Amino acid sequence: MPNLRDIRRKIEAVKKIGQITRAMNMVAAAKLRGAQARLEKFRPYGEKYREVIRELMSSGTVQASQFPLMEVREVRNVGLILVTADRGLCGAFNANLIKEAEKFVEERSREGQQVKFICVGRKGAQYFQKRAEVLEAYTDVMGRVLMQDARTIARRAMRAFLDGEIDEVYLIYGYFVNVVRQIPKREKLLPLSMEEGGAEEKPFEGAPIYEPSPEELLDQILPMYVNTRVFAAMLETAVSEQAARMTAMDNATRACGDMVRDLTLLFNKTRQASITKELMDIVGGAEALKKA
Amino acid sequence: MARIFLEIVTPDRVVVSEEVDIVTAPGVAGEFGVMAGHAPMLAGIKIGPLHYRVGDREEWVALSGGFCEVTGKKVTFLIEAAERAYEIDVERALRAKERAERRLQEAQAKGDRVAEARARAALQRALTRIALAERAKAGHPR
Repeated sequence: MPNLRDIRRKIEAVKKIGQITRAMNMVAAAKLRGAQARLEKFRPYGEKYREVIRELMSSGTVQASQFPLMEVREVRNVGLILVTADRGLCGAFNANLIKEAEKFVEERSREGQQVKFICVGRKGAQYFQKRAEVLEAYTDVMGRVLMQDARTIARRAMRAFLDGEIDEVYLIYGYFVNVVRQIPKREKLLPLSMEEGGAEEKPFEGAPIYEPSPEELLDQILPMYVNTRVFAAMLETAVSEQAARMTAMDNATRACGDMVRDLTLLFNKTRQASITKELMDIVGGAEALKKA
Repeated sequence: MARIFLEIVTPDRVVVSEEVDIVTAPGVAGEFGVMAGHAPMLAGIKIGPLHYRVGDREEWVALSGGFCEVTGKKVTFLIEAAERAYEIDVERALRAKERAERRLQEAQAKGDRVAEARARAALQRALTRIALAERAKAGHPR
């Protein structure tokens, strides 16, 4: 028979955990709103880049092979930019991203390719630092996603690609479907190819003026486009992280409520049982006295 | 006079979005101006000051690299970082300038070309900001 005082103490503890998880849930909800607003604001910017690059590529004289960032090589080493959260307590969010990355490594090693990591966010860095080759790890950048950080990360990846250290670069990040669903997403970053994305939109009627030439423009714009891709992945992951945490903390709060209910029931049962036992002792004692 | 719609967008926010009379911007191939009725154009933008005028009001915006697209009635700047003159944090820009100068010297001493180019760009950004902030203080209180 469990001790009454122990049960009461446990109920108090669970209640307090519930308060904390509820607070975390609300914090995550507020952060989610902020992050989501930033993502919404960023989308048209990213779209425009894609549109303009496609426009430039189709301007006739330009060929993909002349740009180092578009160069397709035989793949021996693959770079993987893995974007995870800095913090935990967000359900299986980070675990899912790490699992996706491991799947990627497995697929690639079957083809005799070596995967080199660029980790963004502490959780991924912690996991892979001991298990795989990590070119660079960036932590504490997921709290407030900055273009500056994205640029540093993109630059590192581009340098490795241009130096021939890696022959392809992929991105794995937490894609935000909606508040209750975030999935790990895998995208090819380098070499850049503009075939993806179907709808052929013409921003211009007729031939526009290019200043400087399309080639020079692309030379300038392509690296910036890579920056925006990394930035987009980071933003997306940050939004997903908050959404995942919100759901996880909501579940935790509910589980706390269930536990408190069960424990209270147990507490009452135990109390009654002990009263009954005491009563029986008293009756038994009185009976014994009467006989004497 | 007909006006053209100017939009300056960074990854974080829309910095400017209004109808203007004329925009002057630092193009990679030289400074250029855009007014209503400009032919469609795609231009690379380098670090420098952008100026635009609405009636009597003059505005300055510090730009870092990006590009600019002119279509019919609209001119859009997609820039990695941009601030209006009155938003500029002069203290920070001065610190950035010192830092960039130091890095530039170090890079030159070591012969690191990549670091040198980066320091030069940082210095350019800082100088643009400082110049604009001073102009804002002098003549444009807004």
